[in-house]
Amino acid sequence: MRKNFTRKKEKAIELLMSASSLVSVLTTIGIIFVLTADSYKFFSEVSIVDFFTDKEWTPLFENKHFGILPLLSGTLLTTIIATLVAVPMGITIAVYLSEYASRRFTSIVKPILEVLAAIPTVVYGFFALQYVTPLLQKLIPGLSGFNALSPGIVMGIMIMPYITSLSEDALRAIPTSLREASYGMGANRFQTAFKVMIPAASSGIIVSVILAISRALGETMIVAIAAGQEPKLTLNPLESVETITTYIIQVSMGDVPQDSLEYRTIFAAGLVLFLFTFILNNISFWVIKRFRQQYD
Amino acid sequence: MYKLESKNLNLWYGPKQALKDISMGVDANTVTAFIGPSGCGKSTFLRCFNRMNDLIPNVRITGQALIDNINIYSRNVDVYEHRKSIGMVFQKPNPFPKSIYENVAYGLHIIGENSKSIIDESVETALKQAALWNEVKDSLKKSALALSGGQQQRLCIARAIAVKPSILLMDEPASALDPLSTAKIEELIYNLKKEYSIVIVTHNMQQAGRVSDKTAFFYLGELIEYDNTSKIFTNPSKEATQNYITGRFG
Repeated sequence: MRKNFTRKKEKAIELLMSASSLVSVLTTIGIIFVLTADSYKFFSEVSIVDFFTDKEWTPLFENKHFGILPLLSGTLLTTIIATLVAVPMGITIAVYLSEYASRRFTSIVKPILEVLAAIPTVVYGFFALQYVTPLLQKLIPGLSGFNALSPGIVMGIMIMPYITSLSEDALRAIPTSLREASYGMGANRFQTAFKVMIPAASSGIIVSVILAISRALGETMIVAIAAGQEPKLTLNPLESVETITTYIIQVSMGDVPQDSLEYRTIFAAGLVLFLFTFILNNISFWVIKRFRQQYD
Repeated sequence: MYKLESKNLNLWYGPKQALKDISMGVDANTVTAFIGPSGCGKSTFLRCFNRMNDLIPNVRITGQALIDNINIYSRNVDVYEHRKSIGMVFQKPNPFPKSIYENVAYGLHIIGENSKSIIDESVETALKQAALWNEVKDSLKKSALALSGGQQQRLCIARAIAVKPSILLMDEPASALDPLSTAKIEELIYNLKKEYSIVIVTHNMQQAGRVSDKTAFFYLGELIEYDNTSKIFTNPSKEATQNYITGRFG
């Protein structure tokens, strides 16, 4: 009798668990479905060739152009700036924490660094607009109030803890015996860190960088506040640019009628963004599978 | 003059004393075995000679460890320079996740050797000395992690001797290996003796008997007895040594 009851309870719990995992899978499928369905309607009116080759993006104006390149360049430009800030800084800090600093120091500093990733991005956005841009304007005369550089740098600071934290974990996971082998050969700390530890932890470090880049690609608030809303095909960081994410909130918050071509542009733009992060995700899976070293 | 020597060496891990007033000397071009039960301090003592214990926090050392009559713990010794003249082989094979070639060339890069032809030559010589050349000469670009455990350990020996150190410290180099690989390593030790002063820590009494000229028996952080290997194994002067080698404890 009692045994029977326990078995039923087991079964119920199992059902509950598989149901909740199903929710996340269904949500993902639903989002992809909505994205592709509305994008499909969009591409039945706008040629896909124009979409990827037209150098102007003016769906809300009289003279409509549907070229994604200006939005894409804005997105890539701010992401590249953020990556250029975050990767060298993030990896340097990770190496310092795992190879140079004492364990005590690391255990205090690492959580503080991780707080950087917990600051609301809207705060970062205002930080970029109200503090970093005026500072940059002093250094670079004639810099416009909205530009790609300032939010790019601030976004770099925001994504840096992803790189630091995960890279430090990867470095820490390398067995001490490798460190000893290097020191035993007479290598100093710098040589040990850069010739042995970083190559040995490379798969974890690469994955941390990819995660940080995906995070920057999808970041919305910082660029919406500080980069401007001017779709422009440029790679000049001093100019004002609009990213895909900024455009999407601009339209969804505005008064564009739903079920119109103008409205559907955001699904097409969103699909492009999704494809980018999807590809990055797959690259990181591949890196993990291909390059992970097994130490026992 | 001894090649390696310690004078009144004491070592503490935090509050725990691991080595107690050890004084002994090792001659050049001999093989010396350190034996004793686990935790007796033999590995710790070995690691004093290339200051590997520096990497462990809260270690305190008093006394002297000398190499060619120079105290390596004195203030003006550059620990990194010092380690370049000493090769070390560890208990578990620890090749770098790099190619076989790069593993052996690592030490040469560290000592600042830039000539490709000299590095090529040294890599080949070291691999031949470590009796690994014939097995890997066609796959030098392959990852060292693809080798078997025994091959990896011989690779680690090749890596250690590629820079031609005068001393080779071996910390239970065969304990993780099968009997066949162990036999190869022991033969290697015998051949390397001509050029190197070798100190080997081992748990395996037969191994100590086979490869070493002199044997030191450690117990609870103290050096109990140090003499010719034949004497230690046939007619030890201390009762503790007798008990250990006959297998009564340890």
